[in-house]
Amino acid sequence: MPQTAIAILFLTSLALVTSLEPWFQSWQGNRAQSADLLAVLLGDARRAFANHFFIKADVYFHNGYYPSIFDNRTAFQTPHMAADAGALEEKNTGEEDDFLGPPKDWIDAFGRRFKPATHTHLYQGGARADGPAHKEIELADSQDVREILPWLRASAALDPQKIETYTTTAYWLRQRMGKTTEAEAFLRDGLRANPDSHEILFELGRIADEHGKDPARARNLWELALAKWRKFELPKKDPDTFSLLQIASHLAMLAERESRWDEYLHYLGLWKAASPQPAEIEKRIAEAQAKRAAANAKPQTQNSKP
Amino acid sequence: MRAILTLAHLVILEMVRRKDIYVLFVLTALLTLIAAAANIFDDTRVVRYLKEISLTLIWVSGFVLAVTSAARQIPAERESRTLFTLLAKPVSRWQFIAGKFLGCWLACGLALLVFYAFFGAVALSRERSLDLAGWAQAISMHWFMLAVPVALALAGSLLWAAPSSNSTLTLVVCFGIWLLGRHLHKVALGLPEPRATLLTLVYFIIPHLELFDIRDLIVHRWPPVPWLFWLGALLYAAAYTGMILTGAWLLFRRRPLN
Repeated sequence: MPQTAIAILFLTSLALVTSLEPWFQSWQGNRAQSADLLAVLLGDARRAFANHFFIKADVYFHNGYYPSIFDNRTAFQTPHMAADAGALEEKNTGEEDDFLGPPKDWIDAFGRRFKPATHTHLYQGGARADGPAHKEIELADSQDVREILPWLRASAALDPQKIETYTTTAYWLRQRMGKTTEAEAFLRDGLRANPDSHEILFELGRIADEHGKDPARARNLWELALAKWRKFELPKKDPDTFSLLQIASHLAMLAERESRWDEYLHYLGLWKAASPQPAEIEKRIAEAQAKRAAANAKPQTQNSKP
Repeated sequence: MRAILTLAHLVILEMVRRKDIYVLFVLTALLTLIAAAANIFDDTRVVRYLKEISLTLIWVSGFVLAVTSAARQIPAERESRTLFTLLAKPVSRWQFIAGKFLGCWLACGLALLVFYAFFGAVALSRERSLDLAGWAQAISMHWFMLAVPVALALAGSLLWAAPSSNSTLTLVVCFGIWLLGRHLHKVALGLPEPRATLLTLVYFIIPHLELFDIRDLIVHRWPPVPWLFWLGALLYAAAYTGMILTGAWLLFRRRPLN
């Protein structure tokens, strides 16, 4: 009797395999088809890990002085390393130097002696920037910011769709470490994973403009970024105006440098629309109109001369 | 004192013969070296992540080693019936507990020396300098901290017969305190009564193992802890260890050997 039951079960499973296997192979949720080992192993959990590593990089950016989930995090809602890099719009409020508040008891007061207790940034000379041995460090020259890179790299590997990882990494690579080639290569990796990202295109434009000294290429990249922004952000209920502000302002400044006044005015209009201080941009618009008028008048004066 | 030292010597010999320390060390070294092999934008001076991974593995290994070695001491002696022989000799129950504790704790100290030497080598290979004061504080505080889990596991082995259940429970408690201990009071402040009072009580009763975790200071190259506070932390660990061992002795004194 047991042998018969086993035989029946075996035959049933064999029959099920023949129908389930083809369905499983064509199923979109089949992670076995993925070439990415991390995706197979972790599934959607890798996004949570990627976010954790991104925050970890910000912890390193602060030399370990960072609030836990139990502390007041209002001053750390946007990771400072991303806000300083211009990769994310800063939404931080509150006191970043004293998120712990006064000690709650003697154990808390005693325990603070064994943890980092001062708000510092890696690119400002690190944890001992005030120490005598580090007096000679020029704040802007400190390359300690390299210490955030392993976590950013891990974050990008776990979640290739997390765009701020690419833009933040590229900023610190090129700005503080002089690794422009690596920054561009990393952004290209990001662009392959996110072909419609206006943020990555914008950052590539900055590399072309600030490091490659190639304004034509920068303009092309930023115009493409603007086109992508219009295509994907504009239809949204709450579009990313911070990115528009960055793209429009850089395009405007590039046009100003090249005395393309019509173009300059056009981008100033966009800049004004996205800016939290439109009055400032209005002044620039007035100046630009005067410059355009002067530029247009110049050839006429030259032409009127005998 | 002689009896205590003899017992401790036997425990250390037993731990050297066993493979636990070697396995944990090889695992720690292997994982650290794999992390070191990662290419971080062709920059070979990136070191802090390596220090953190290495120190975290050392902390986990320390807990595992301390708890598993201490948890099996009394059950093993009972099982092999050597406990009766030992206590039939002029070895009191207090001396037995103290000897077992000292042996486990010293063995943990020896293991920590090896682990921290490896950590120092890893840090030196990238940083070209080692903060000796910080390194010495890290190892000494870690060693004193491990006295508490060793004492807890010894006391636990008098309450739970099976070393596996004792090890698991002690490790859960130790990891829980290490990771969440310092936040308990903050959480309690936001709870309704009587949970707030209960959690506050737990906060003040538990030994705060997380105080001894100065990994952040070492990893991010902060100045060493003021030496007076360092000494205070060692005394704190000694006080808790003394209390737990006294409790273990009181339990053991009243317990029939069979």
